[in-house]
Amino acid sequence: MMEAEGDLLEVSMGPHHPSTHGVFRMDVALDGEKVVRLKPVFGYLHRNHEKLGEDHSYLASMPYTDRLDYICSLTNNWAYALAVEKLAGQAVPERAEYLRVITAELTRVQNHALSVGFLLQDMGASGTPLMYGFREREKILDLFEALTGSRMMCNYMRFGGCRVDATPEWLDAARKVVRDLPGFVDEYEALICTNEILMARTQGVGILRPELAVSAGVTGPMLRASGVNYDIRKVDRYGIYDRFNFKVPLGDHCDVYDRFMIRLLELRESIKILEQALKDIPGGPVMDPKAKIRNFRPKAGEAYGRIEAPKGELGFYLISDGGPNPYRYRVRPPSFVNLTILEDMCLGHNVADVVLILGSVDIVLGEVDR
Amino acid sequence: MLGEGILKGLAETARNFAGSYVSRERLTTVQYPEERVAPIEAARVFPFLVYDGADWEAGLRCVACQICEKECPPKCIYIEKSKDKKPDYVGKLQIYPARFDIDVSVCMSCQICVEVCPFEAIKMDTEFELATDNRFGGLLHDRKQLAKSNEYFHTIHPTEASEVDARLAEEKAKVEAKAKAAAEAAAAKAAAGAAPAATPGDKPAGGGE
Repeated sequence: MMEAEGDLLEVSMGPHHPSTHGVFRMDVALDGEKVVRLKPVFGYLHRNHEKLGEDHSYLASMPYTDRLDYICSLTNNWAYALAVEKLAGQAVPERAEYLRVITAELTRVQNHALSVGFLLQDMGASGTPLMYGFREREKILDLFEALTGSRMMCNYMRFGGCRVDATPEWLDAARKVVRDLPGFVDEYEALICTNEILMARTQGVGILRPELAVSAGVTGPMLRASGVNYDIRKVDRYGIYDRFNFKVPLGDHCDVYDRFMIRLLELRESIKILEQALKDIPGGPVMDPKAKIRNFRPKAGEAYGRIEAPKGELGFYLISDGGPNPYRYRVRPPSFVNLTILEDMCLGHNVADVVLILGSVDIVLGEVDR
Repeated sequence: MLGEGILKGLAETARNFAGSYVSRERLTTVQYPEERVAPIEAARVFPFLVYDGADWEAGLRCVACQICEKECPPKCIYIEKSKDKKPDYVGKLQIYPARFDIDVSVCMSCQICVEVCPFEAIKMDTEFELATDNRFGGLLHDRKQLAKSNEYFHTIHPTEASEVDARLAEEKAKVEAKAKAAAEAAAAKAAAGAAPAATPGDKPAGGGE
């Protein structure tokens, strides 16, 4: 759909544009090839997630959180479980905390492997780099299936622990996968990181100044690629993240290339956390024996639980009135907030770069529209 | 040198391409449906109802308590209670589901129904080829289609099934021990109370059965 407006050409990119990874539309006004205005239009995948949360019991909302960011269901589970545990004052056993860290970091690895692959796919490297990411993700999804029963919609965490315990065989399989991961990152770096075409297309494109990023509330790899040292794993130290030794990689050029490289560097840090967690994991129960599955009614109050999801700060805000359902259920999704500064990054660039910049934000529409 | 990075990447691709002819583990895909990957024990797809013994209708563990119907997040379970009662695995009379339907097209395989069931009556199947050409009736599975034997449960989830069996056996032993103790106490009481107490003495023994 195109219409001429003075000297500008208005193009509607989406909602079924291949670069949008879902149903998302950008109203772009072009002066020749240059973008002079861009309006993101969300809501095509809206499915009433927050209102459904108020209508369902606390437990029944857990499988729905899988479907927010469907690439990273386990981190969604964790953020929601964290919020409810805060609300109910529920303790979590040590082994469950370790299992949460292991599954969340595996989720981060597979998300980043996929997101760099999709970024390159958007750039025109059809298939090859994406398939390298998919190959690695497959091994992690097999681990998820063996542990939780499902590859993507894991529905694994519960208020007060995790649903099932990991067997020693599972932990050995996870150790094997983690042992092979550095080889994958090396291979990926050799494959693409010094590629001249990639550098020419991404360096200096889509600059996001740190001041703008902070004032817009951008989080996650996007923010860190702009050089702001903010990682909720370090700031909040939720769960047991204070026990692990890892660094927070930062970028300094604030462009698409930095956002690409930050994800590869974060992969290496996640592998470090995984190695430590898989080495130290203690025995014991994975569910607090006092935790209730049925007739769960936290006392009246409110709570906000947030974690560093692979895409940024994922928070759940809950208000309880003492009933079986939350009175208010609100999600703070990272993709949605990161997407709001899309216009500022795209202005003055060619229309082909818009696709690339959108790819570097790493959105999942299930989470943007909820 | 310009182009060095591209050549390096191409060398990596060539290494993977040639490697796929040499080492089997580099091949990451299988030719479904001719080839299949090994089933994973923990896999969950769609619920089924467990029955004990040979007759599916008599052996259903479900007592139509409707907890799963209430807790199911997308509300895809439909239960109607029976008017009459039948004995369950410990011999206690219970109602049973006259109708128990699950809609495949709505179910999202979350297994909340399995978690909340107090009677170990509903479990997750690993069968995933559920496609049908009948869009209306074919996607609503009734209790006959859902009923699967405990032996089947053992073949798909051996670890979980053994745990469940152990738990049920323990519960049954507890109930039987309680009944036996009650019967013995009643018998002792009857013996102590001598001949005139024989008629009232029958009562507690009958209730303990």
